[in-house]
Amino acid sequence: MSKLYSGAEIVFKCLEDQGVDFIFGYPGGAVLPIYDELKNHKNIKHILARHEQGAGHAAEGYARSSGKPGVVLVTSGPGATNVVTALTDAYMDSVPLVCISGQVPTHLIGTDAFQECDTTGITRPCTKHNWLVKDVKDLAKTIHKAFEVATTGRPGPVLVDIPKDIQFNKYSYSKPKKQKKLNGKTNISFSQKEIEDLIKLIYKSKKPIIYSGGGVINSGIEASQLLRELVEATGFPITSTLQGLGAYPGEDNQFLGMLGMHGTYEANNAMYECDLMINVGARFDDRITGKIDEFSPKSKKVHIDIDPSSINKNVKVDLAIVGDVASVLKNTIKTLKKNNSNFSKSNKANISKWWEKIQKWRSVNSLGYVNSSESIKPQYAVQRLYELTKNKDTFITTEVGQHQMWAAQHYKFDKPNRWMTSGGLGTMGYGLPAAVGVQIANPNKLVIDIAGEASVLMTMQEMSTAVQYSLPIKIFILNNEYMGMVRQWQELLHDKNYSESYTAALPDFVKLAEAYGCVGLRAKTPEELDDKIIEMINTDRPVIFDCLVDKVENCYPMIPSGKPHNQMLLGPKDQEENKITGKGKILV
Amino acid sequence: MSKARSAYSISNKKEKFDTHIIVVWVDNEAGVLARIAGLFSGRGYNIESLAVAEVDKKLNISRITIVTTGTPQVINQIRLQLKKLVPVHNVADFKREDKMVIFKEMALLKIVGKNGKRDRALKACKKFNPVILDKTNKSYVIQITALRREIDKMIINLKKFGLVSVSRTGAVAMTRGSEIFK
Repeated sequence: MSKLYSGAEIVFKCLEDQGVDFIFGYPGGAVLPIYDELKNHKNIKHILARHEQGAGHAAEGYARSSGKPGVVLVTSGPGATNVVTALTDAYMDSVPLVCISGQVPTHLIGTDAFQECDTTGITRPCTKHNWLVKDVKDLAKTIHKAFEVATTGRPGPVLVDIPKDIQFNKYSYSKPKKQKKLNGKTNISFSQKEIEDLIKLIYKSKKPIIYSGGGVINSGIEASQLLRELVEATGFPITSTLQGLGAYPGEDNQFLGMLGMHGTYEANNAMYECDLMINVGARFDDRITGKIDEFSPKSKKVHIDIDPSSINKNVKVDLAIVGDVASVLKNTIKTLKKNNSNFSKSNKANISKWWEKIQKWRSVNSLGYVNSSESIKPQYAVQRLYELTKNKDTFITTEVGQHQMWAAQHYKFDKPNRWMTSGGLGTMGYGLPAAVGVQIANPNKLVIDIAGEASVLMTMQEMSTAVQYSLPIKIFILNNEYMGMVRQWQELLHDKNYSESYTAALPDFVKLAEAYGCVGLRAKTPEELDDKIIEMINTDRPVIFDCLVDKVENCYPMIPSGKPHNQMLLGPKDQEENKITGKGKILV
Repeated sequence: MSKARSAYSISNKKEKFDTHIIVVWVDNEAGVLARIAGLFSGRGYNIESLAVAEVDKKLNISRITIVTTGTPQVINQIRLQLKKLVPVHNVADFKREDKMVIFKEMALLKIVGKNGKRDRALKACKKFNPVILDKTNKSYVIQITALRREIDKMIINLKKFGLVSVSRTGAVAMTRGSEIFK
């Protein structure tokens, strides 16, 4: 008979065999046996968050910046319900998370016991899969499977609910089996014919565009490299979704900037006018497409995605290639080069008119803004932050709102996994705990959360975590005292009735920083901004930077709701002339 | 003002709704039905009827037959989303008009009344393989198997012959000939 281990020991043996170094969590009654076992496993470090949502987002930040799955450990009842936001966020943005939750002992399940909730029921729609382990015999197998499901195919969160008695019960341990096919879910293969079809479309196109997304990042560093090769080999322009930023260098001349609701004029117009759209690992999200009936009306659309259900979900495509981005790109480049080793040169004339057109759109300078010498413009703050940090390997997280869009527009990324933002779910309060996780995964790197003052207050308690583990994260708050994006929409749609979007009684962020035991800095004028940013960078402790910015600045350019790509608002003047009426008003 | 269906309203064009029968093979484990039903309700798909039972004890496999309606795009999404679920092994999808597939529903009908009336009720059921499962001098319980709309009609017809209670199943499906789904 092989050696017997308690359920709690089995949990750690599984984590060790899965290569887990860090778990993010918060203890409670129903996970005490697991927490008790922690002391015997020195190679796994537990990071104590201040709220389970914070633990979840920290694990997301860890996963997105390291490429490894994030592990979360929470207790039953409120522990589990608190982590639901983070699980949903991870589900929307395809982040691999393994959440282990405690549950009341099996004989109490269904009795409305203290801190009992139907965890698997609640998390069913926000995980790829979840399990309630009712027998310690199934525990090891289930946890190994959980890691497999979270990390294969399109990644995502999973949850394993372990009743307290199972944590005490004893059984032998079984190691993970070699990766097998998962109901055919990872065994997705595309055909060479599809690649050939894509090459044919590439040859024919006079107005091509590559539109890349988070799938490139999820596919691994190699995929970003291959994307760069493809762009170079074709000479095509490329635009990226919010989640895809960093897969292609932001300062490269072939890069048109981000597309979508707050994307650049050139990217959106190129999407509208193109005759070939190659979607690489993106999902035709509504923030990208705008009005779907008028989305890129003249183009052949190619969609490369690992998730078959993404194909034809929102937009019908002409050619679907289901597979891992890296392997599809590898094949495409190989085939392209085999047929014509110098395609980008020979094809230059073919698309030169298209590039001229793009340059014209570019000359509009849609990211431009009127700078001021009195107040700090938020765009200017992000630009200065970029200029002063671009020579370091900097990791940026954000909260959600105007500051997030300004960060996406004005901070240029040239490497994948450096940009962590809540895109799908749009979770305010994501950035600070995510920065904690990013810093854990990248101990000696500069990690900055570009934040809004409203968002950051939602998870401010995690500063305490940063201080406890000496994580020198920088919280760069663009403070305009408004929920800026809410105010912008109220301006746009509700006749400037700023209902509840102003935060009165904000805390003094400098004093708050000191109260947490970190460093508080404040910049009020453009002159002092650079010095203060440099001071922040040079501080080897967590910093809250209160950057007082223009209170009424809005985020442009913008595709108003219900409008197609070619009807963008470029600035405040445009807005006056293009009032959103009727149908557009009810869309979000 | 028209109703917005999503953030950017998928399409203003009215597409045709088809009725499809979707057959799903799943691991027979706790919560699997909730996963399937939750997928349908969460994404706004219809379920017209649902039939579930274990079909392979050894492999622990259940077969779920779902009747649903939707545009071709929605039906395609249903199929692909179902396939993504971990306990789902296989998904098959048929149009209701498909001649190669047999669909059947079962109903139990309780008829209460005088002898003559009850026999007329039984006669009316003749086309649908009636079986008398229970008989007293006041009542019959009749089992019939038929298509959904045929049963719908029978229920209306049999009211006058003393139909007092109906219990019916969702549709089950099987291909004709020697072919099997898997």
